Amino acid sequence: MSEHVIDLTVNGHRHSARVEARTGLGEFLRDTLGYTGTHLACEHGVCGACTVMVDGVAMRSCLMLAVQADGAQVTTVEGLAAPDGTLHPVQQALKDNFGLQCGFCTPGVAMTLAAVTRDHAGEGLEHALTSAMSGHLCRCTGYQGIRRAIRQLAGDGMREGA
Amino acid sequence: MKPAPFDYVRPSSVEEACRVLAEAGGGATVIAGGQTLMPLLALRMSQPFILVDINHIAALKGVTRVAGGTRVGPATRQADALRDETLARHLPAFVTALGHVGHYQTRNRGTVGGSVALGEPAAEMPATAVALGARIEIASVRGTRTVPADEFYLGPYMTVLEPDELVTGVVYPDWPDGHLVLFREVAQRPGDFALVGLVGALALESGLIARAGVGWFGMGPTPIRARQAEDALVGSALDRIDPQAMARLALADTAPFDDHHVSAEYRRTVGARIFARALAETLGIRSAA
Repeated sequence: MSEHVIDLTVNGHRHSARVEARTGLGEFLRDTLGYTGTHLACEHGVCGACTVMVDGVAMRSCLMLAVQADGAQVTTVEGLAAPDGTLHPVQQALKDNFGLQCGFCTPGVAMTLAAVTRDHAGEGLEHALTSAMSGHLCRCTGYQGIRRAIRQLAGDGMREGA
Repeated sequence: MKPAPFDYVRPSSVEEACRVLAEAGGGATVIAGGQTLMPLLALRMSQPFILVDINHIAALKGVTRVAGGTRVGPATRQADALRDETLARHLPAFVTALGHVGHYQTRNRGTVGGSVALGEPAAEMPATAVALGARIEIASVRGTRTVPADEFYLGPYMTVLEPDELVTGVVYPDWPDGHLVLFREVAQRPGDFALVGLVGALALESGLIARAGVGWFGMGPTPIRARQAEDALVGSALDRIDPQAMARLALADTAPFDDHHVSAEYRRTVGARIFARALAETLGIRSAA
């Protein structure tokens, strides 16, 4: 089995590490680098809990090898809030609308919603956010809190009510 | 949930990738987006000695116009293909089907060629290649060859690809401007593999169907071309088409199966229903369904 030295940036910090070829990106982020905000649940691409951004694009960190992230800019949920602790709008919306309960799926949900809100503007945003949620399983909320958070992010949260 | 150990190589050219595959003597597996392969590795259903990562081979990426068609590089990300203007203009059926592949997060990493090459029988991309008459370009150290999509698939996850071969392109022939798209699938949730689905294209010429390509997915061990329905449709006048009769013909080529989701009977019933509806809707004709 081969080992590889990789260099990557996580939430703006540069890291260099030696990894086994088979090590998944999510496992590497958690166990080697200590970014335990990324949650691993199913570890085979079904649940979406481990979603991170790689070069700004939301993807499942269990479906990518750490060695494949060599040279990449990775953002995890720890990188969403501002340095002073101010929550990212997506985190604030999830908090305001009880869009989480146990919180296990939340980091992945937050990364997807953050990527989609950054890439879409205006009319299609609510639909884009809701569609992208098909890639996440949440066993607590029944999704309604997350949908309210999405409406808030799409700008009509006030009109729709909680 | 950890893959068995393997070596990882990252070739930068098709030649280099082919050389690695040839030297591995069947022990290597190609990884593109990995959105299906990574679960298979994690579940140890696939245990290659060498993983050949083709994500850094520039020649395998992108969409180009070629004589009489559009060539999609196999390592083109599904999300990029969805945004591609050439595909939107020339292959609307392909784009419609692609929008149903996986989820936002997996389309960001998954590739067109990965889906085509794996041959999951319930997936959209293999059936789309079959329906539209695509040709699959293949390379190895022994040379290159091109295989029509409807001869490429042998069974679930089984194709004519030899262990030392690499898919280097998928060429979709042009369909006439203004051709119609046929697409319908039934899945348990959006993004899941389809229980039953169909994809196709219909070209009209002065009130007649001039060309038809229809493929089923989830209706047998491979994607299946609805040849009998295609043959019956071509030359038919729109006002003479009976969607129910066409659906029966389309089903005649299928080989649905029971699995832990639904029965073969369910697949036949739903398949007939969605075929008749999709055809009636696409052609703007009345259906009794």
